[in-house]
Amino acid sequence: MFDPVLDNLDLFWSGFLRSVGIALWALLGSMVLGSLLAVMRVSPVPVLRAVGTAYVAVVRNTPLTVVLFALAFGIPALQVNASFYVFGVAGLTLYTAAFVCEAVRSGINAVSPGQAEAARALGLTFSQTLSQVVLPQAVRSVVPPLGNVQIAMVKNSAVVGAIGVGGELFSVYTRLSSAQGYERLPILLGVAFFFLLVTIPAGALLAATEKRLAVAR
Amino acid sequence: MSGVLFDEPGPRARRRTRIATVVTAVALLALLVIAVQRFARTGQLDGDLWAPLLDPRTDEFSQVWSIIGSGLSVTLRAFAVAALASLVLGVTVAAVRLSLGRAGRIPLVALVELFRGLPVVVTIFLAGEVLRLVDSGTSTFWALVLGLTAYNSVIIAEIVRAGVVALPKGQAEAGLAIGLTPGQVMRSIQLPQALRAMLPAVISQLVVVLKDTALASIVFNDVQDLLYAANRLRLVLDNPLQSFAVIAVIYIVLCVILDRAAVWTEKRLTRARPSSAAPVAPAEEAVTRV
Repeated sequence: MFDPVLDNLDLFWSGFLRSVGIALWALLGSMVLGSLLAVMRVSPVPVLRAVGTAYVAVVRNTPLTVVLFALAFGIPALQVNASFYVFGVAGLTLYTAAFVCEAVRSGINAVSPGQAEAARALGLTFSQTLSQVVLPQAVRSVVPPLGNVQIAMVKNSAVVGAIGVGGELFSVYTRLSSAQGYERLPILLGVAFFFLLVTIPAGALLAATEKRLAVAR
Repeated sequence: MSGVLFDEPGPRARRRTRIATVVTAVALLALLVIAVQRFARTGQLDGDLWAPLLDPRTDEFSQVWSIIGSGLSVTLRAFAVAALASLVLGVTVAAVRLSLGRAGRIPLVALVELFRGLPVVVTIFLAGEVLRLVDSGTSTFWALVLGLTAYNSVIIAEIVRAGVVALPKGQAEAGLAIGLTPGQVMRSIQLPQALRAMLPAVISQLVVVLKDTALASIVFNDVQDLLYAANRLRLVLDNPLQSFAVIAVIYIVLCVILDRAAVWTEKRLTRARPSSAAPVAPAEEAVTRV
């Protein structure tokens, strides 16, 4: 039954690597942008707080598919052109950043207020308090939600292929099933297998980390 | 917490904040101006791109909104059916998993882990294939619903299970002590309390169901949901930015309504029985529901 997959294993493998590449770029980008947004949302400057809040409210409530389509088909209307790969990574990054922001912010909020008060009492500034006292402790409580967000991002990366990035697992599926006329079910199960190859170990790793951190706390 | 990160600002800090506010406001304004200029220069602010969507006096307006309306009704129907099915199936799976012994629940746990690890879009594709094998005449609408249900019922089952596990042991023990069967304890003591505690988390998962209905457009070419409507409009009116902006606003409004409902139920639930003996388990963080 799985001959169609085994026959095209090299195609699956290169598709898998390309999907992993997309996910890694989005991981990096969303961590940076999301942390920045989180800092904005707890900062004393009202304008920054408002921008952070608005970003999260808008992006979190828009389907990823809409974000991707709007970028891939809308941005060229502004005569800004890029490859679908760039639009795909950008869409996934912008979308995931909103969730990273919320995860980091909830982590910051989980640090006991006494810590920040003590830092403030010593005369540390906002940025010193955040970077030296609060964030190092927040990392602990941030790991589980952040891990969940990024595992979800890996799964969401499957959608990126829909705008026609080419070469990644979604395209491997469309290419083999429609263009080359293979039976669809085995090809689909092959794609599913490669996703599970990442998500199940990542989930197990996260659960183990969570347990360790919970004991240490 | 955010209140203690910085002191109640004194005159100097207030001035610094004011300066920072002005600087960032100016920077943001500059960005906005650049963006608007870009929009203007490429003709994206032209009235005729927006008018069919926003101006009732244009000829296209009524037709445009009837397309959007029928898209909205498909999206809402898919959401309603999938949400209801996920709730029923999720609670059932949670109850069965909790009632089974260590060995008995292995297949169920494997199934839960499997669906949790798959992208929803793959699940929807799979649902389409499976339904096609069963009966080639099944509409893709039901494939969408089945795919969404398969994924979300598993997630809801996990939420409900966490709610039951977090209940104090005494609840189940008291039930057994007065002669209820384990099934009765689950149905009339554990599940009602768990559901109450986890309702906010469950509702925020329903927001995910709503957003994921948009995947229909990339899996099937004949489920005419809201995003399908947007794609049709952008091709006919040749205004991708404007069409997607309007559709995005509709999705946002729908999600915010659900979100408000979650906040409202949470408030109501915490107020409803202040003397309740059972400490309410903390609702799982809504932020991780991507």
